[in-house]
This record gives sequence, C-alpha cells and structure tokens, in this order.
Amino acid sequence: MHSSIWLTLLIVVPIAGALGAALTQKVEGRAYVVAVATSVVEMVLALVVACLYNDHIAKAQTFDFATRHVLSAPFGLAYDVALDGISLLMVVLTALVVLLSLLGARDRRQEPAFVAWLLLLTSFTMGSFLSHDLLEFFIFFELTLVPCYFVISQWGGKERSKAALKFFIYTFTGSAFLLIGILYLAFAHQHQYPGTALTFSYSALSGTAMSHGTAVWLFIAFAIAFAVKAPIWPLHTWSPITYAEAPTAGSIEMSALLAKLGTYGLLRFAVGLFPLALPTMRPVILTLAVIGILYGSMVACATPDLKRFVAYSSLAQMGFITVGVMSGSTIGTVGAVLLMFNHGVITIGFFLIIGFIEQRRGSILIRDFRGLQGPAPIMAALFTVVMLASIGLPGLSGFVSEYLILIGTFATHSWWAVVATFGVVAAAVYLLWAYQRVFHGKAEGPNATIADATPKEQWVLVPVVLLIVVLGVFPKPVLDRITPSVHQLIEHVAPAGVNK
Amino acid sequence: MKLVIPSIHYLAILPILIFFGVALALVLASALARGKVPLAVATSSVVLAGVATIVVTYFQWRCVSRSGASTTIAHAIVLDDFSIVASAVIALSVIMTALVAHDWAVRERVSGVEFHILALAASSGALLMTQANDLIVIFLGLEILSIGLYVLVAFDRHRSKSSEAALKYFLLGGFASAIFIYGAALVYGATGSTNLTSISYFLGSNVLLRPGLLYAGGALLLVGFAFKIAAVPFHLWSPDVYEGAPTPVTGLMASIVKVGAFAALLRVLISALGTQLDTWRPILWILIVLTTVVGASVALVQRNVKRMLAYSSINHAGFILLGVWAGTIRGTAATLFYVITYAPIVVATFAIVTLIGGVGDEHHSIERYQGLARRQPWLGGALAILLLSQLGAPLTTGFYAKFAVLASVVDAGGGALALIALISAAIAAFFYLRWAMALYSDDHLDAARVRVPLATGLVIGFGVAVTIVFGVWPGPLATLAQHATVLFTP
Repeated sequence: MHSSIWLTLLIVVPIAGALGAALTQKVEGRAYVVAVATSVVEMVLALVVACLYNDHIAKAQTFDFATRHVLSAPFGLAYDVALDGISLLMVVLTALVVLLSLLGARDRRQEPAFVAWLLLLTSFTMGSFLSHDLLEFFIFFELTLVPCYFVISQWGGKERSKAALKFFIYTFTGSAFLLIGILYLAFAHQHQYPGTALTFSYSALSGTAMSHGTAVWLFIAFAIAFAVKAPIWPLHTWSPITYAEAPTAGSIEMSALLAKLGTYGLLRFAVGLFPLALPTMRPVILTLAVIGILYGSMVACATPDLKRFVAYSSLAQMGFITVGVMSGSTIGTVGAVLLMFNHGVITIGFFLIIGFIEQRRGSILIRDFRGLQGPAPIMAALFTVVMLASIGLPGLSGFVSEYLILIGTFATHSWWAVVATFGVVAAAVYLLWAYQRVFHGKAEGPNATIADATPKEQWVLVPVVLLIVVLGVFPKPVLDRITPSVHQLIEHVAPAGVNK
Repeated sequence: MKLVIPSIHYLAILPILIFFGVALALVLASALARGKVPLAVATSSVVLAGVATIVVTYFQWRCVSRSGASTTIAHAIVLDDFSIVASAVIALSVIMTALVAHDWAVRERVSGVEFHILALAASSGALLMTQANDLIVIFLGLEILSIGLYVLVAFDRHRSKSSEAALKYFLLGGFASAIFIYGAALVYGATGSTNLTSISYFLGSNVLLRPGLLYAGGALLLVGFAFKIAAVPFHLWSPDVYEGAPTPVTGLMASIVKVGAFAALLRVLISALGTQLDTWRPILWILIVLTTVVGASVALVQRNVKRMLAYSSINHAGFILLGVWAGTIRGTAATLFYVITYAPIVVATFAIVTLIGGVGDEHHSIERYQGLARRQPWLGGALAILLLSQLGAPLTTGFYAKFAVLASVVDAGGGALALIALISAAIAAFFYLRWAMALYSDDHLDAARVRVPLATGLVIGFGVAVTIVFGVWPGPLATLAQHATVLFTP
C-alpha cells in the first residue's frame, strides 16, 4: 500500500499549473511554457504511479494508494481516492492527452486562458478516474463540463455556441439521472444500516442489498449518464457537431479522454455496483453498442468532413469498448480497458494530423483534398500507421484489444460478437476509403503545394506511433496490470451474471 | 378586567427592534434636518444596523445553546437556532443591498434616505416572519414586509414601468394577503387557535372527523405563501415587478422575501401542520413540478435579463420548495442551506445588473452584456461565476444547495420529483449559459467600460467569495444549517 500523496499530487499539480499560467498573462508565451512544464511533471507523476503500483494488492481485493477523509458529514461529502489497474491506465492516458495536445495543437489566441482551461480539465478528469466515492466522482464528472464548455465556446469554429450549448445541455441532463441514482443508492444503504452516517463511499455502497427491479432502474439511471458521455448510440447526437466545432485540442480532450469517462463509469459504477441488473441489461446495452458499431461505420463512410469522420469512427470504437465492458468475461473486459487506452492514443494521432492539415489548408472537408501523399509523404505515412491501428491490423495496438473483446464476448454472448465482427470489416472500408480520397490521386492546386510534417510535428507523433507499435507487439506489462483488477471486478459481479 | 401584559424577552426581538428603531430614527432625523440627511449617513446607519443585528444573533445563539429554544410575548414569537440563522441572512442581505443602493442613488441623483428607511422597515417584517409562532404574527410580518416593498418598487418615479409594477404588485399582493388571512381564520375555526404550537398540539391529540375546514384553511395559507415566493401558477406578477422595480430593490426582493416567506412556510407546514403531511404533500408536488419546469422554460425566451432572473428565481423557489416537500429534518436543513447560500448570490447578481443598467436603470437587454468579460475580465468573470453558481455547477454553493434539497427529497421517497426538478435545472442551464456566453463573445468590444464603485464592488466580491469558498468547502455552512434545524421538527 502506497501513500495517497501521489494521487493527490496528480489532482493538484494541474490546478497549480493552471493558476501559474493564468498569473503569467503579461509575458507572451510564458503561460504556454508553464503549461507544458506542468504537463511534463504530470506525465512523470503518472509514470511514477504506474511503476509503484503493486498489482498484488488487487488480488487482495483492495485498491492501492487509498485514503479517505470526510469533509462534510451532513452532506456525506468525502475526499476518497484510490487506484487500481483500470484507473491506472486511464491516469496515464490523461497525462498523455494533455501533454500531446499542448505540444501538437497549440492555440495562440488568448493562450493563458486556453492552457489554464486545459490544465483544469486534466485535474478534473484525474479526479474522476481516481475517485473512490460516488459523490466525489459525480462532482469531478460534472466539473469536466465547465472547462470543455469554455474551450468549445471560445476557441471553437463557426457554430461553436451551438455546439457548446448542445454538449453542455446533453451531458448535464444525463448527469441528472446519475445524481438521482447515486442519491437513491446512498439512502437505500443508509436505511439498511440505521444509525450510520450518510456515505457515498464506493466500498460501502457496493455492499448495498437491493431487489432486482431497483438494480435495473439504478443501472438505467447510471447508464444514461455514461451513455451520453461515451457516447453510445442513440445518445451520441451531440458528439459529431461538438468534435467538429471544437478546437483541435478540445476535440482530442473530448474524444480521446472524456469519452473514456463514460465507458469507465459504465464499468466501474454501473456494472460494478448493480450485478443484479446485468442479466436483464446486458442484452440491451450490447445491442445498442452493436448498433452503434454498425451505424457509426456506415455514417463514417458518408460524412463530409474529417473531424466528423473521426467522431463517427469513434462512435463505432466506443461501441466495441461497450461490448467488451458488458461482455461479462474477464478477457473481454480486459480488452475493453485496453481499447480505451489504445483508442485514446489512436484518436490523439488522428486529430493531431487533421489539425496539421487544417492549419495548412483552413479546411477539413474531405472533398477539398486529393493526393496529399505526393507533397506530404511523411504525414501520409503517419496517418497510415494510425489508420491501420484503428482498423485492427495484427501487430498494431488496435488488434490486440479488439481481438480480446471479440473472443471474450464470443464466449458469453456469441451472436453479438458475430455481428460486432462485421464492424472490424466496416472499419477497414471507411478508413481505407477516406484515406484514398484524401491521400491518393494526383494533387492539384493548393493540395500540390501543401507542406509536409515539420520535424516538430513528427516528434509530437513519435510517442503515438511508439505506443501503437509497442502495445501491438508487447502488451504484456499493461495486461498484467489490468487483469487482476478486472478479474476481481468480474468475480464480484459474476455470481449473478452469465456463465463465464 | 385586568389587562395582563405578557412577559417580553427583549433579546429575542432585538433584531426587529434594531431595524425598526433605526428606520424610525432616520425618519425623525430626516424630518428634523428637513430632508437634508446626507446619503452616506443613512447608508452607514443601515450597515451599522445590519452589523449590530449580526452581533445580536451571536448572543442569541449563545443564549439558545445555553438554555434552549424559547417563546416569548405570549408564545407568539419564537427564538430558536433556525430563526437566528435566518435573521443573520436577512441582515446580511440588507447590508449588501444598502451598499448597492448607495451607489445606485448617487448615480441616479435620488435622495436615498427614504429608500433606506423603507428597506429597513420592510426587512423588519421579514425578520418578524422568521420568528413568528402565530398565524397572526406571520400575517403582520408579511404585511410589514410587503407594504415597504410596494413603495420601494415604485421608487423610481421617472419610469412609468416602476409605478406600473408597484400597482400590479400592490393589487395582487393585497389579494394574496386577504387569502392568507382568510386561511388563517379557517384554520382557527378548525383548531381553535392561531398559535402554531397549539395547532400542532391540537392536531396531534385529536382526530378531525370533518377536516374540510382545516384543509380549506391550509390550502388558502398555501396560496398566500405561493404568491409571496412566486410559485407557479401564482407567479404572474413576478416578471413584471422584477423588471419594473429599481434593480437594487429587485435584489432585495429576491433575497429577503424568500428567506422570510420560506422560514414562515416551514413553520406553518412542518411545525403546525406536520401531522397533515400526507395531505399537503401532493399539492406541493404539483406546485413544485409546475414551478421548476415553467420557471426554467419560460426564462428561455426572455431577452431582458431582469425578467430572465425573475423566472430563474421562480425556478429556484421550486427547488427550495423541494426541501419543504421532504418534511424531514434533512429537508428543513436543506431549505435553510439553500436560502443562506442563495441570498448573497442573488444580491450580488443584481448588483452587477444595477451597474450594467446604466443611468436611468434601463439597459437590461442581454445584448448589453456582449463582450463584457473581454472588456472587464473581473466584472465579467464575477458574473460568470455567479451564473454558474445559480446553474448549480460544482465548486459553487449552488451545487450543494441543489444537492442538499435533492438528497432530502430522495431520502423522503421522491425520486421522480427530484428527477423532474433536476431536468428543469438542465433547461435552466441553457439560459444561464447563453448569458455567460454573451459575456465572452467578441462583439461590441469597443463599448464603454462600466465604472465599478467601491461599495458595489465589495458586494459583488463578497457574493463571489461566498459562493466559491463555501462551494469548495461547504462543511461549516452545512453543519450550521443542520444544527439550526435539528430541534425544529416536532
């Protein structure tokens, strides 16, 4: 068991960095330096935590780095952080996303405010992944809306106000269900143990006895909030316009990171807390996820601009993750957690390259591009690696995770796995077709003179490519850290679940 | 026949005496000095009266924690932790309003002395309502509060809207008072007393075979209260009055009326009619659904920020009613927590609206706020924070206020009601955000800067500080609210 100070640092350092960036307004560019330094520190902290993390603890059914302080007894408000293999991976992803989006998608308009919002968002996201208390989680979960809202509404594209409002209202409404569900669960727990103080502690609430009906209703309430965030079909309609209108860094944060908050929440809270509801709800959520895979793939073929394209392909990928999360098998769930990370990395790559192209051409419409491969071979090569990983080519990271999800799900819910497999084929279709339209052919006009990736841009993408290749060839260290935690979670919910 | 004068515990009524006394002193001074009392003197007297009241509440608190809650003046006035906290909040709101009104009066070149006198007198009514333990005394408080406000709403004689609003408020308010007192009469007929403790005792120890009279009386009382807190469908006066009244008055109305009316409502429904919980709850349920949903939806189409805030305050009234609906200690504490945190926020918000309104207090369209935060980051940022707090974003008191009432409702078995209310908050988020977005837009960057006078700046800073400090660390206020209501329910 390690000291919780590391986790507290992970939450506090970005806030300090945001304050520092906001205070250095006077000097041009200083805020950016502060922000990059902060995110480097954050990355180092995340790696330290990853090295310290002791996966044997998961086998003893506890979390590492845990602490709990009650802040306000009447409200049941507590500061309670803990980390297991699942959150560990998300913590590393969070640090990676902020570092790469600062380095690769710098936005010089009102820079101090911009980087301050990004750092605050990092802190709140860290908080959500580290929370071991439902109220604390909810607060962090809600807090992530505020920086996102301001980043989209101030630095976004033409329709930014509409996009920001749609994003906020959608997510806020989803959270309403979550909050009521959390309150209901906490009071059900308190009524079961008369005389105890109101508590939202995850460990306490996971022992709440409830009827099947209650479990189903609570699961639905939780799932609505997380399905909006992920997004899961049919609650995805906010995401295309939001990803398209947000500035590049905002799109990266939202699709690579905040979307994972949805699937993470689904796994940790909806699945983890309501095992009784799973036999009823599994087929429902699996069906929605599979529809999302196919629907996202089809719309991705028809979509006119590159950011919406990634949004719909993300919808399909999030569908895969959801399938794994709901599969009820350890292997499938491990694959889902791994895909959360891999999809994050792949999406960073996609949005960074799209951002580079947008900077050069001022457009993200697919029909404006043709034959970029000629003038920009390195960019095309980088895009190819990211794309192939997304398709799930063996040897790259996407393959490992999708493979695990599909075999895990096949063991428990074979028909859904069969249909979901078509999603892999569909991904190849829409990605390769988009690649053809943008990079193949003969470049003319402005396309012929487009500059290739600069050394700096190449360096930013190096970690992305490295992670894609390394996790494709040698995922064992990561899998070793996830598996005990996932196994414990699935064991906890399995007695009520399907036969493994 | 010998007239028996009931014993009077002066410490209990000292806040009311201070407020009314200072108001009278200002009237006298104004008369003796032939209307030449300097504005600064009047403002500082109000601030002093407020500070003195807060100091007195400290001693009252010690008195109550030493010897327990007590009643005085023939059990018509009660001194308990609940009334003490509510009185302190009212005093705080009055101080804040007086500071805003000072700068407003300087800008508008009006003699503010009358303003301060009326504000003090009206607030003494609100103070009386928080301590009332008798339907007649509640009525007295309500009338003192309302009559002062009728005049204050009409204070801006240069604008016809001000007089129009006052007339509307006066006519409908008069109606509501009549309905309230009729309800009190019916309850008296049914239970044999107007004293809340006696009513509660009577209803606890007797079974009413024909409860129709009590129900009718209770319903009429509820209508009277619903009018004062502007619950739908008794809200129609509020947008016009909020818009027409001078902006500092609107802030005062939004804060002290809510504190006073909700304190009295809690005493009537929980203390006196607590045994009839199952009867009034369904009525309140419908009232809450209408109030939260209509308040939030109609606010969407408003372009005038004062009307928007009127509907927003209707939405908030619905949320505060949630705590009353719960009918538990937790609910009462949540209601108190909500009004404690709401009052400073709303006064500070109206302070900013007063500033932007400009000379003549007329520029309240949302276009006026375009780019404000770009021109003046501190002022615009403060407004953005206040709006986020009203919206209920975490790390502001608004979040915990909503959290507390929702928790109490879910605890009392009203999950559906809580969900409806929370979805109305999502609708309401739309117009708070639209306003916040206007603050940060790129248009009208060259518009004139607004000068922020010192006193108003202090008020705004205080409101923002309260919402952030207790938003990050709600512990003390939550404990205070809980402590103040532990002995409240019978």
